[in-house]
Amino acid sequence: MSVIASDLLATAPAPPTIVVPAQIISPGYWRSVGRRLVRDRVAMLCAAVLVLLVLAAIFAPWVAPADPFKTSVLKRLLPVGSPNNWLGTDELGRDLISRLIYGGRLSLTMGIVPVTAAFLIGTTIGVAAGFMGGTVNMAVMRTLDVFYAFPSVLLAVAISGAMGPGLSNSLLALTIVFIPQIARVAESVTTQVAKLEYIDAARMSGAASLTIIRLQVLGNVLGPVFVYATGLISVCMILASGLSFLGLGVRPPEAEWGLMLNTLRAAIFNNPVVAALPGAMIFITSICFNLLADGIRSAMDLKR
Amino acid sequence: MRVLEPKPRGAGAQLPPTEDRGGPAQPLLSVKNLVKHFPVRDPFWVRERRVVHAVDGVSFDVAKGETLGIVGESGCGKSTTARLLARLLMPDSGSLVFDGDGVGESGGLPLTAYRRSLQMVFQDSFASLNPRMTIEDTIGFAPWVHGLSHSATVARSHALLERVGLLPAQFAARYPHELSGGQRQRINIARALALQPRLLVLDEAVAALDKSVQAQVLNLLQELKREQGLTYIFISHDLHVIQYLCDRVMVMYLGQVIEIGPVGQIYSAARHPYTLALLSAVPSMDPTRRTAKPPLAGDPPNPISPPSGCRFRDRCPRAEAVCASSVPALTTLAALPSGASEGLHEVACHMSIAGSGHSAAPALKQLEAA
Repeated sequence: MSVIASDLLATAPAPPTIVVPAQIISPGYWRSVGRRLVRDRVAMLCAAVLVLLVLAAIFAPWVAPADPFKTSVLKRLLPVGSPNNWLGTDELGRDLISRLIYGGRLSLTMGIVPVTAAFLIGTTIGVAAGFMGGTVNMAVMRTLDVFYAFPSVLLAVAISGAMGPGLSNSLLALTIVFIPQIARVAESVTTQVAKLEYIDAARMSGAASLTIIRLQVLGNVLGPVFVYATGLISVCMILASGLSFLGLGVRPPEAEWGLMLNTLRAAIFNNPVVAALPGAMIFITSICFNLLADGIRSAMDLKR
Repeated sequence: MRVLEPKPRGAGAQLPPTEDRGGPAQPLLSVKNLVKHFPVRDPFWVRERRVVHAVDGVSFDVAKGETLGIVGESGCGKSTTARLLARLLMPDSGSLVFDGDGVGESGGLPLTAYRRSLQMVFQDSFASLNPRMTIEDTIGFAPWVHGLSHSATVARSHALLERVGLLPAQFAARYPHELSGGQRQRINIARALALQPRLLVLDEAVAALDKSVQAQVLNLLQELKREQGLTYIFISHDLHVIQYLCDRVMVMYLGQVIEIGPVGQIYSAARHPYTLALLSAVPSMDPTRRTAKPPLAGDPPNPISPPSGCRFRDRCPRAEAVCASSVPALTTLAALPSGASEGLHEVACHMSIAGSGHSAAPALKQLEAA
């Protein structure tokens, strides 16, 4: 391009002064990612829904119209659209919308906290193993494969069951379930990146391994791993619901979507819409996380 | 600089210079008997441990200020040699002596100092630039690692950008995907120069570029060499480029050096049948002298189990019994018409070894007389 430009300039009768942009053309990488993400309508809609859910969960005492734990024998299983109980009531006559808002606190926590913890630990393990390669990689990954061999549900139930019911134990169990999965993705991406010539060039610069990982590897690995982990949040919420369902996670009368789905399942024939609502919340949250993750992935793709 | 945050370290305004120590007569790099075998991943029940003989006893010297070309077909160990020189791979055996100091030996040159003196330009300009780093960060990374201050790093990478013909104001903050192949290769060269090295290993550095851009980059390399007193090891399969750029040429076949000599000597009076075949494969500029039959038949033999004796013998039109029984050593040709000042012409072929037993070999007496 520059050749053509200079040729044109040479043949032009009166060469104009070459306009060199005084300032840098390219904005920062993350800023351009942000700009592309904002332009993605689906991702933005999902982000908005998630922000709404999180805010509602945080400010539940102010947002919820009623006390989520107040039972009423008279108002059991009211349908959607009842006055004072817009989304009806559950089998003990508790206001469902309040319970859904309060339930978001535990459900979102149980979805996000284990995945975040597993993301930090798993990425560290995976990147280290992938960068070191060879025997270290083999030893680490085969050890993780032992955990990977069990179905996630079974592993979560087993760990949770062994440690006893309770919120913190189930968070821990879910973290352990997700570490091998995230580590495996991080390891495979790192192995690919570590083979590339710019890592060789960085080695030639005499930089320490940690510096190379921090400045040259992580930027190229975190993206895909982050997107994968975001997708796991929905899986984690469903698993957490499963644990609650089995009585290993949260226990009644605590409000949690999975638990609510469990207790309302008896009412599925009497009042199907109300019974399905906690499930719908899980579904909406998962799909929003998934679509947002997709949006982030395509926004991070440089070659567009 | 976005990625490379400023860090409080020493003075850091300038890199310590890389000095000449041994004087002009001492080779800049002396490679002795370099060997690298890669183990073959066999299933565990295979008892025999097989290896790929990627580089098998390669020795050569690189004089200060010269350009040494390395040629050979794919799989002959050119790139492995380059990576061994850069210590991106550890050799199984053999040694590197840089300006009189053994590399990585006790009392010799430490690896970090060696790597400052030797830098590499890679072939794939996409894979060799970090897609998430700006150009100035990519170029400035090595100086920054070596303790240059933030502002000095920026200044240095901008100066290098300008030197390779890219306007810093326009390119410094760009990402590799926003550049053309030729521009990326210029960045690659700028990065290699960032530590003021003395030896540049260029591994197929212009192979991926189209001809006109290739010419620009080659000219840039020539200018830089003159300006900064660099020494090049230029690896290529393009014999035209080698002829244009190099002072001496080394021909490799299946992990071994088979012929090495001054460029004029190799192109006009090559002795090894493989070198002759390589040269005759170069497309002729004259359409009436089109090559009619392929200069060589077959593929290179399996590097896991190379043939006994001379490795070229099963493709060589002039192979005889002696070629299978004994390995031809790299032998200096006695009669060099242009004199020894240009460097020695060495060949590993029984036809050039006096008294080897090959029918075309010179007799022992004849050689002594000369």
